[in-house]
Amino acid sequence: MPHLYPETELHNPQSAKPPLDPHLKALENEAIHIFREVAAEFERPVMLYSIGKDSSVLLHLARKAFYPGRVPFPLLHVDTGWKFREMIAFRDEMVEKYDLDLVVHTNPRGAAENISPFSHGSALYTDIMKTEALRQALDAGQYDAAFGGARRDEEASRAKERIYSFRTPDHRWDPRNQRPELWNIYNGMIRKGESVRAFPLSNWTEVDIWRYIQAEEIPIVPLYFAKKRPIVERDGMMILAEDPRLELLPGEVKREEVIRFRTLGCFPLTGAIRSGATTLDDIISELETATVSERQGRAIDRDQAGSMEKKKREGYF
Amino acid sequence: MTAPALANAALDETAVAHPSQEPARVARDSRPLRLITCGSVDDGKSTLIGRLLWDTKAVKEDQAASLQRDSNGKQNDLGLPDFALLLDGLQAEREQGITIDVAYRYFSTDKRSFIVADTPGHEQYTRNMATGASTADLAVLLVDARAGLLEQTRRHATIATLMGIKQFVLAVNKIDLTDYDRARFEQISHEFRELALSLGVRQVTAIPVSALKGENVVYDGRASMPWYDGPTLIEVLELATTRSAQTVGFRLPVQRVSRPGESFRGYQGTVAGGSVKPGDSVVVLPSGMVANVTKIVTFDLVRNAAVAGDAITLVLDRQVDVSRGDVIATIDSQPMTGLAFDAQLVALQPEGIQPGKRYWLKSGSRRQRVQVQPVSQLELKSGKWNHADELPMNAIGKVHLAFDEQAIFDTYEQNRTTGAFILIDPDTNNTVAGGMITAKRAALGGIHADESRVILSLPADLADQLMATELFASRREDAEVRRVTAAKAVEIIDTIDE
Ligand SMILES: Nc1nc2c(ncn2[C@@H]2O[C@H](COP(=O)(O)OP(=O)(O)OP(=O)(O)O)[C@@H](O)[C@H]2O)c(=O)[nH]1
Ligand SMILES: [Mg+2]
Repeated sequence: MPHLYPETELHNPQSAKPPLDPHLKALENEAIHIFREVAAEFERPVMLYSIGKDSSVLLHLARKAFYPGRVPFPLLHVDTGWKFREMIAFRDEMVEKYDLDLVVHTNPRGAAENISPFSHGSALYTDIMKTEALRQALDAGQYDAAFGGARRDEEASRAKERIYSFRTPDHRWDPRNQRPELWNIYNGMIRKGESVRAFPLSNWTEVDIWRYIQAEEIPIVPLYFAKKRPIVERDGMMILAEDPRLELLPGEVKREEVIRFRTLGCFPLTGAIRSGATTLDDIISELETATVSERQGRAIDRDQAGSMEKKKREGYF
Repeated sequence: MTAPALANAALDETAVAHPSQEPARVARDSRPLRLITCGSVDDGKSTLIGRLLWDTKAVKEDQAASLQRDSNGKQNDLGLPDFALLLDGLQAEREQGITIDVAYRYFSTDKRSFIVADTPGHEQYTRNMATGASTADLAVLLVDARAGLLEQTRRHATIATLMGIKQFVLAVNKIDLTDYDRARFEQISHEFRELALSLGVRQVTAIPVSALKGENVVYDGRASMPWYDGPTLIEVLELATTRSAQTVGFRLPVQRVSRPGESFRGYQGTVAGGSVKPGDSVVVLPSGMVANVTKIVTFDLVRNAAVAGDAITLVLDRQVDVSRGDVIATIDSQPMTGLAFDAQLVALQPEGIQPGKRYWLKSGSRRQRVQVQPVSQLELKSGKWNHADELPMNAIGKVHLAFDEQAIFDTYEQNRTTGAFILIDPDTNNTVAGGMITAKRAALGGIHADESRVILSLPADLADQLMATELFASRREDAEVRRVTAAKAVEIIDTIDE
């Protein structure tokens, strides 16, 4: 007679939470499968943790994938030094709460050469403080696989990327020669020095992310919710004006507005949106009727046509 | 919905104006439908998906603005934006005006949500088409109404069928360039139905379409084609079925063994068929050890059952040796284990598939060495399988697989997960083929080693005549044929004692 699990323990302690709908369940299953596959096939995986909503979902899925074990790889945060203050506070809280290993890397050139998005322009700044910094951190950790939270619906070159995205020893992506990727069978064979970027959220859309955050009650940085905040308008973007390093240019005025952010990155390059959405329900219904895409608020994507593909070829996530 | 009047060649403003209504709220009471577009070069696959995204309001204002900007200068005669640019996101694609790699896009109507893979038509990039086809529930096969069915159309239809796609939409595109010629549409549909029948596909809907002008895509094309009263593309897609996980019994390919502490040992993986509940007896393959399931652990709760598709952690009632690559399965209906299997595959790289070469084979979480012997190759024009010793790039072939260690499979017919595999070239680490298991083979020296066999030595012309017979063709898989000189044949026969 097989030993059956005692009845009482069949009860879900969180059973107040309704089960996921089939759409989200399928996405969740796929992501967990990818997490486990990478963790099993690679020697030194790492998870890129950018603290945004996608990273929050990614982290949640990683915890689910390896439960009841710990997340078996470190989180890597490439800190440009220009992140929103609330993001850093949130990051440290998560690390503490979930017993995670965190590696933080900042490109030493940033401090040495005083590189800022204001004085160097968004393209050069991104190149040094994000792309180059990421390459440094991945080399230093000798990571052979790095999870990222990128989604194919974000941008046209992302839409072309495999779930296991192969990178040369100098972190380059060759979009013209990607490995075929059939079914859910992933080819993780690489030579020394080569690596793979793995994207468990490839098939998620922005709405899926929000609906999942809601269904799973996943904590996110409060900047996603509308609140009265100090802003200044620059290049058609509303920038959060709370950091003393933000110097007002002639003609600019600081004012308060009820705003929120649809994506989070470096505060000088991330535009806020006017919104009264203070709850997840509000955010989702705002999104379902939105007429502009989420990347619209990001300066980095607007630099030039095909700019994301170019950055990715050079090693950007 | 009725299309904006498009009767005149002159363009009606509203056809191009960005739709301003609210985007549809997504229905999520089911899995999304996964579909691909395929067909020959320039038949309009990317344009069709671009149009689909545009007309279902999946294109946001900022994206629409950059599309209008990017289309500038290369506008078509109709002054419409180049909808293909919504898909062809790589710089090389935009420069050459072709699709190189598959693009995945997401859209929805108020009835359901869709994941669409727009695949390249170029023969050179067939591997990327196969990538898209492997996970699709439905294929939209495009044909240029002026050109009709081409070899590449047949190749794509065949690959899609091999990969288990059973629902096809034939989009006879660029119908506007034939003056909405009904006879032409019917002729192409007829031709395709014959091809489909030979491939064993019964579910075909043929639709005359202008991807560029958006006729019979989301809006109907009645104004230009009063003779067509069938469904629009989106109507067919909304009613299509998603492939349900075939149930041949419970399968759990083990991805990882979870040992967070002394007291817990769980086997992690995604259920690849059937279902499981605590108390079930299971077998661990290839070892054959038997155990009972005590619990199914997930992050949220200890569950009383798991079904195909669920990512779970399984706990068994006794210490058995289980490692990554093993398959935990139901006892009553086990997968096949063995050293030799028959398969069909698509060769995806310039080196093709070389006879006797040892590749890595990965199926589920199991990776092992395999020797691949090509048997025959499909001739696309005639649909005939011709004898082949090697398979060039893009060939569809039948092969024998020979393993050093036990392999575990279902047929692809029965299980799209445990019956599928990829081949990896150990020299390049690249994925060189996608394959589907058709049967287990009686290996020489295997359990059928005592079966009686006959070795014949025949003049080549007589052998050719025999092999041309239908009887031989139907048992081709069972026969081993080697061409040697008469002297060598005598030598071999002489070495046989009786
Ligand atoms: N007149 C007309 N032109 C069309 C139609 N559909 C596509 N085209 C044009 O045909 C050309 C090729 O279209 P694409 O969508 O790039 O073709 P494709 O099948 O995606 O090509 P590959 O992906 O490179 O194989 C473009 O110039 C389109 O504008 C149509 O229905 N009518
Ligand atoms: Mg195309």
